[in-house]
Amino acid sequence: MNSHLRALSEAIGVSGKEDAVRKIVLSAIDGHASDIKIDPMGSVTGRKKASSADPLRETLRVMIAAHMDEVGFMLMGFDGDGLIRFTAIGGIDDRILPGMRVKIGDNHVPGVIVWTPIHKNREQAVVKMSNLRIDIGATSKDEAADRVKRGDRIAFDSQFVEGDTYLRGKSFDDRVGCALLIDLLQHEAPYPVEVLAAFTVQEEVGLRGAQVAAQTLKPDLAIVLENTAANDMPDPVDEPDEERDPAPQCRLGAGPVLTVMDPRLIVNPKLLAFVRRTAEKEGIAYQFKSILAGGTDGGSIHIANAGIPTAVISMPCRYLHRPSSVIHRRDYADVLKLVKAILHSVSKSDF
Amino acid sequence: MKETLKKLVEAWGPSGYEHHVRDLIRAEVEPYADDIRVDGLGNLICRVGQGGTKVMIAAHMDEIGVMAMYQEKKSGYLRFTNIGGLLNTTMVGGRVKFEDGTIGVIGYSDYFGSGRTNVPELDHFFIDVSDGSESNGDAPQDKAARPAVFWRTMEERGTRWIAKSMDDRVGCLVAIETMRRLNKQTPNELYFVFTVQEEVGLRGARTAAYGVDPDLAIALDVTATGDLVQNLKMGIKLGGGAAIKVHDTGLVVPPAVRDWMIARAEADGIPYQLELLTLGTTDAAAAQTSRAGVPSGAISIPCRFVHTTSETVEISDVEACVRLLEGLLKNPAALPQ
Repeated sequence: MNSHLRALSEAIGVSGKEDAVRKIVLSAIDGHASDIKIDPMGSVTGRKKASSADPLRETLRVMIAAHMDEVGFMLMGFDGDGLIRFTAIGGIDDRILPGMRVKIGDNHVPGVIVWTPIHKNREQAVVKMSNLRIDIGATSKDEAADRVKRGDRIAFDSQFVEGDTYLRGKSFDDRVGCALLIDLLQHEAPYPVEVLAAFTVQEEVGLRGAQVAAQTLKPDLAIVLENTAANDMPDPVDEPDEERDPAPQCRLGAGPVLTVMDPRLIVNPKLLAFVRRTAEKEGIAYQFKSILAGGTDGGSIHIANAGIPTAVISMPCRYLHRPSSVIHRRDYADVLKLVKAILHSVSKSDF
Repeated sequence: MKETLKKLVEAWGPSGYEHHVRDLIRAEVEPYADDIRVDGLGNLICRVGQGGTKVMIAAHMDEIGVMAMYQEKKSGYLRFTNIGGLLNTTMVGGRVKFEDGTIGVIGYSDYFGSGRTNVPELDHFFIDVSDGSESNGDAPQDKAARPAVFWRTMEERGTRWIAKSMDDRVGCLVAIETMRRLNKQTPNELYFVFTVQEEVGLRGARTAAYGVDPDLAIALDVTATGDLVQNLKMGIKLGGGAAIKVHDTGLVVPPAVRDWMIARAEADGIPYQLELLTLGTTDAAAAQTSRAGVPSGAISIPCRFVHTTSETVEISDVEACVRLLEGLLKNPAALPQ
């Protein structure tokens, strides 16, 4: 587990303002990659050259992408009583908001999303975000505006907690992908392929940084490191649905999740078969993702320029896009092992 | 043309998994192309001619289908999601075919009850692939995360052809037949592109247009008709000739492109109709916004029952589309000023 994961998880890097995360990434990869660049959108790219290659064989150029941004909110304005108006950046479930702890801006000003006490509020259904406010303890508009400003990014306020088996924290989507990518770069020996690392921006608002990075890097192949929603917790419904088997397809501890299809990407079947074979050779159990929800940087990467074969390998993750995501240590190790095995064995005929 | 079309429509190729269709088409067009290559997404790009206006002609190889996600342990049924736009009203009792030839049947738990009059959401359907061997233990999970297409054989009724995946194998047919008739004779530099993944967002056309970098683009696809009892308000009818696209949800065809096509149809005495579609778009929309922009249009084949397994076209319309495309491409491609 990369030692930077705590700092990465706790940093605020809501889409469009990934500065704090970028700082950690740059310091982590310093000395482990060459040609480190920050592109006009703010994505960080770097190269890990291939081991001295067979001069008769063209060295494959493999882009590996993980996104630095997280979902969160943006400060929109102030009410006269010092309460703050906000809007979502990326996909947020309105139902989790009331009473939630947040931190605002570069100074991490603490706030709480309001929640009317239960004895005044028994009938309350889901409150729309536009009707919610953040309380930072200010009693007037001026007092609030002194401490925070419009445009400030707002993130969940969660501490990173490490257990023997599980880890808990915010923005594992996709700081865990970033940690994995840092681990791949910090790996001592070079790979037989050239690795083009891309720590991208603005994935959560439309896969935007990855599009530009792919258009610029022009790789032969791309691998996206992501997190995907585990569904191994029972649905809290009154009557179990007798029509169907509770059959979770994405469990913690059951290994890397291979995307077959998502709303923005259908993975090249030949490439998918290669990834599966590689996992099987290494004795790594894996799972599939083929649901029409979400999207990853792979969606914009694979249709960049004249097309780039792209695979997405995800960590199973409970409670995605919430203050307390949970992952399993063994999955981290298995994803890392699988990607390294791919880099050590992939050739042009595999896709 | 009928024999070629039958091979095309009965081939297996859901979006993302077009390799069988690509192999089939490649064998058909090899003698009529100067150069053939496959791009990073799987598009089949066939160049005919060298020098002159670069024209890209796109017809998509992929068809809509289903993606089986997982198999339920108790029942052995597969739960699935859609590849492309499906009509839930066509599901129950329908057959799907997996790459290995296995035929699945789509079911819904209460199809004789609530299912008689209500259309369930896609996640309430399932596919039955049981083969009687289940009593010996768990059925193998090998259909998890695998795609399937809707399955039906082609029929002919008078001057109509009826089949699944007319959208857009009939477009591929028009391209193939045009390549045959041109027989490498053209003053232009033509790129016949058999694209992938149109049904999930025009993805192949986007990368193909980037790679080919054409001066002009023409898509070949089906369009709906307004000649049925339930009356879509459209001016297109079977037997009305090649449909020259004016406008759809993704593309306003530049008047010069539309007029170029109309002039050719008039000059060669080819029956044509003008098409405005409010239900969708084609590869031409992706070509139009490629790089610095490409004037793009489309020749559409009128088709009833689009996205069902009984898509119906009129043979004379198909012939008209071939003649129009051939006429446009065997003369120097120049837009009227």
